Amino acid sequence: MSVAEMLLSALRGIASNKLRSILTLLGVMIGVASVILLLAVGNGSAQQVNNAISNLGTTTVTVRSSGGGFGGGGSSTAASGKSITRTVAEQLAAAKLGHVRSVIPEVTTSLTVSAATTSQSSITVLGTTPDYFAIGTNSVGSGSPFTDADVTTSAKVAVIGQTLASELFGGASALGQSISVDGTAFSVVGILSQQSSVGFNDPNSVVIAPISRVQDSFTGYGAVSSLTVEAIDSDAVTAAEGELTIMLNQLLGVTDTTNEPFTVVNQSSLLATAATSAASFTMLLGAVAAISLLVGGIGVTNVMLVTVTERTREIGIRKALGATRGAVLGQFLAEAASLTLLGGILGVIVAVIGAQFSLGGTQPVILPFSIPLALGVSVAIGVFFGVYPAARAARMRPIQALRSV
Amino acid sequence: MSAIPTAPQRDVVLRLRDIHQVYGSGDAVVHALRGIDLEIAEGDYVAIMGPSGSGKSTLMNLLGCLDVPSHGSYTLAGSDVSTLDENALARIRNRQLGFIFQSFNLVPRMSALANVELPLVYGRIGRAERRRRALDALDTVGLADRADHQPQQLSGGQQQRVAIARALVTAPTLVLADEPTGNLDSASTDEILRMFDLLARDGRTIVVITHEQHVAEQAHRVLTISDGLIVDDTVAPAVRSDRSVQ
Repeated sequence: MSVAEMLLSALRGIASNKLRSILTLLGVMIGVASVILLLAVGNGSAQQVNNAISNLGTTTVTVRSSGGGFGGGGSSTAASGKSITRTVAEQLAAAKLGHVRSVIPEVTTSLTVSAATTSQSSITVLGTTPDYFAIGTNSVGSGSPFTDADVTTSAKVAVIGQTLASELFGGASALGQSISVDGTAFSVVGILSQQSSVGFNDPNSVVIAPISRVQDSFTGYGAVSSLTVEAIDSDAVTAAEGELTIMLNQLLGVTDTTNEPFTVVNQSSLLATAATSAASFTMLLGAVAAISLLVGGIGVTNVMLVTVTERTREIGIRKALGATRGAVLGQFLAEAASLTLLGGILGVIVAVIGAQFSLGGTQPVILPFSIPLALGVSVAIGVFFGVYPAARAARMRPIQALRSV
Repeated sequence: MSAIPTAPQRDVVLRLRDIHQVYGSGDAVVHALRGIDLEIAEGDYVAIMGPSGSGKSTLMNLLGCLDVPSHGSYTLAGSDVSTLDENALARIRNRQLGFIFQSFNLVPRMSALANVELPLVYGRIGRAERRRRALDALDTVGLADRADHQPQQLSGGQQQRVAIARALVTAPTLVLADEPTGNLDSASTDEILRMFDLLARDGRTIVVITHEQHVAEQAHRVLTISDGLIVDDTVAPAVRSDRSVQ
């Protein structure tokens, strides 16, 4: 019996009990579709995080004071009084390190921002220098960024995010309008381009003003929240990081380099962390889906066992006509494998259609390898779970099989 | 016990020597056959008769290589089949034997043609050759026009004729029929018996198991089996409707 004939006769066997076959197909289909789709969701969210991080710019390194702020994991008494201030940032910039293009100090605080009629609380207010707008996607969409002169004069000008602009001014243009930040009036000179979200804060709901003005009005002249250091290109990031660390240690008079009062984080290490967590998330989803595929496989065994029992007489007839054990085994295995292959193909179709829709805020991105993998696994499941029923069919003695009704 | 029946002058296609068949063990042991000696010559048309429980079905299963004897030797077309393994027996069934059952035993949901082709499929005959031979066989039984019908669309007599076509399609050494008319009305029975008669005239070797007198009367030789032994072996020179067999 050739392979083509075996498949043909397998399809005939499947078609002979349509309802049961369809229900089994459904189990395998759901399993395969959920494997592909959940892996795609995991992959999609991983890509989202990666995109957001690479939007920050792969050429930048972030320096945070260990003493406080977001990155302050290790509180160090050794570092007290040796925090990174704007002066340190200016000295660092003035040092003209070989692999560093710019040093951008940032101070952040959270304040209430209001316009003529509306007011928004807990808006991130970021004080920085104009170089900030040259990094990653931090570009100004309309209007213009503030200038170095604005920093020098502590001008009350601001660039605001798109969400904030529409919340404060609705459809009207925010450019040239006046906003009040915690009582201080700022003139809006620019609107940020659309920013992609990376964390809990909406990067489109932000006020960016000259660092001198923000320190003057809100945060005082202490340590900055962080320094963003831009390397000359992405290959120079590691070198820049090294130079930076040595220079900062000098500037801050650090002698114990095992207890530096700052931490240096580059985007690639962030990226690596995010990729690792995304991969484990994907694997978790895949494992859950694999269980449903397994359940589908058990369904195949069940159906094949019933089929074998039901077709005992047919097995007897075939054996009387000269079917060997191998031929009977092959027939039932081919049936189980075709059943799961069909279910697998349907599952792939469902997954491909499902991946067109955003699921839970994530646009699934199908992993190319997951399709042949899921198909292969579904056929393997058909063979694996079909072996026992098929072997039972093949072992039957023809006279006993013929005697059954 | 009777002497070993010998067939006149033609080649012996089937020879049983001291065949015993024992089922079960201990107290539940059943001696279905207790020493059968039998020779059947090529072209013979033999009926095996006997009451139920006499062992005729057991004998049929042995002759059909569906079962192996507990003791004794069985030679079919020159080879000893009592010692063969399962796959070899499957091959013998495929090449040397044609089965006709009481309940037709066509594979459901397969066309008559596909049913007739089935032994050729297991005999690894090519598709075109298979189709040609199956159509020929269906033509022989007068059902070429029903080739696409499924068993459930055919009458009992027609189904049995498809089964006969299936039994003949491999040109087997021996055609075995187990109560072939048991499920048929008298018109269909006559039809099937006429067909057997034609096959016998063509020189086919046929063994029919039956408990119906008029079916056995068609045969050239009638064996009567009782309690696992052949108790009567009557060779008739020709079919006589007025002849009776004990």
